[in-house]
Amino acid sequence: MNAAELRKYFPILDQEVNGHPLVYLDSAATSQKPVQVIEAVNEYYQKHNSNVHRGVHTLGNRATDLYEGARDKVRSFINAASMKEIVFLRGTTTALNLVAQSYGGANVQEGDEIVITYMEHHSNIIPWQQLAKQKGAVLKYIPLQPDGTISIEDVRETVTSKTKIVSVMMVSNVLGTINPIEDITKIAHENGAVMVVDGAQAAPHLAIDVQKLDCDFFAFSGHKMCGPTGIGVLYGKQALLEKMEPVEFGGEMIDFVGLYESTWKELPWKFEGGTPIIAGAVGLGAAIDFLNEIGLDAIEQHEHKLAAYALEKLSAIEGFSIYGPPNGSDRAGVITFNLDDVHPHDVATVLDAEGIAVRAGHHCAQPLMKWLDVSATARASFYVYNTEEDIDRLAASLLKTKEYFSDVF
Amino acid sequence: MSFNNLDQLYRQVIMDHYKNPRNKGAIEDGSVTVDMNNPTCGDRIHLTMKVEDGIVTDAKFDGEGCSISMASASMMTQAIKGKDMDHAMKLSHVFSEMMLGNDYPDDVDLDDIEALQGVAKFPARIKCATLSWKAMEKGLQDEQ
Repeated sequence: MNAAELRKYFPILDQEVNGHPLVYLDSAATSQKPVQVIEAVNEYYQKHNSNVHRGVHTLGNRATDLYEGARDKVRSFINAASMKEIVFLRGTTTALNLVAQSYGGANVQEGDEIVITYMEHHSNIIPWQQLAKQKGAVLKYIPLQPDGTISIEDVRETVTSKTKIVSVMMVSNVLGTINPIEDITKIAHENGAVMVVDGAQAAPHLAIDVQKLDCDFFAFSGHKMCGPTGIGVLYGKQALLEKMEPVEFGGEMIDFVGLYESTWKELPWKFEGGTPIIAGAVGLGAAIDFLNEIGLDAIEQHEHKLAAYALEKLSAIEGFSIYGPPNGSDRAGVITFNLDDVHPHDVATVLDAEGIAVRAGHHCAQPLMKWLDVSATARASFYVYNTEEDIDRLAASLLKTKEYFSDVF
Repeated sequence: MSFNNLDQLYRQVIMDHYKNPRNKGAIEDGSVTVDMNNPTCGDRIHLTMKVEDGIVTDAKFDGEGCSISMASASMMTQAIKGKDMDHAMKLSHVFSEMMLGNDYPDDVDLDDIEALQGVAKFPARIKCATLSWKAMEKGLQDEQ
């Protein structure tokens, strides 16, 4: 793939910020959208907009076909066995909350265990904290190795026969670590637990095969993979989803409604109460087409190369510290760092003055920040449209930042 | 090295407060204690104040954060020490108007705080500057 060539599809990148050409290095927060996605959403509203699954009229049928067509694209994107296993929701957070409240609500009892890791995003911590509190269950954390990876021995030690749910992120939004989901899933299953995967940082960057991973649930968000905000996906194995109760009740998700009792639609619609996120799903479908056109393996390789280039280039800056697995290991395109004693907010402000967008703060991972023993860090994250020149610009501006702060001190 | 627009933000006096914070620490027998954080970025402040007969006789802060938040906390404690609570609240009001980029009354002596004026031009950093002031307001409101 040719990132410089792909940039022409992202009109937003072609602008100056604070007098400099924009370098967008915050794709782990949200990715930019190609014209193909913007146009698909636009066209849906201009030509086909209608409610789904009810109209006899032509637009209603078109909207339904587009919505369900997007579901099939998602199914094939993660290689799920059936469209019944693909639930459209608002995003990863909503999907993980659904699993916690519906599956967890029915299957976790007092004294049972829920296992997560120290590197999780808040969206894969708090739903389980809440569930544990409601049920009197025990929330356990798999510790991290000094290089920010998980050891399989620690997984074996933490997951026990009392464990009902194991929930782990596939790719860390802070460390860039790629977790061995297949191996963790095996251990979860050996102990009779279900395996939940937070795929928010994985689905945009790696080819996902849920059948090969054998996980029971897989959650991800459209907006981090070139799609619109407000659309996300919960994959669940059909046998599990069949037995689960919806968590939202109302229109669209019902079969028969009586005065005192009602029944639910079949999968996946029983989990999609209310008018669904139709335009969002159409946009996500277009994003999947766009990513498939490039090829997920090519995207992974591109980011791997960028991360290696960035690690080499940035490590050469004196006083630069990087968190996460060292160069050469299997690592996603996320570089979290600190520069001397300069606070990351100050780093991000100076970079912004140079037209470079990075994230600063705790990255929605406060327990991980505590483990790293830092209050905040700065983060540069890459996607299909980033180039080595972007990293050169980052490195040059970081050197200027260093100089600036040594001058003012 | 100079970035012209950044020099409005990182004024010398701010950097001086960041590097040499005044009133850093905690008052052991402080009558007012406030812990506040900025959940979007992780900045946090632990503010202790001693209030006697309506006068803030001492104020100290501890915490973690960027240059703007820590310098602002240092200046805030300096500004309220020895002042009565009404005056401290008035300062806080003036400061918040300043952060919003609004005109503010010129009958209060702002001293070093004036250096933070440039923050108003950096919307993402206003919350950094106001954290300690919000903590002070909360503490004094509870005391009133």
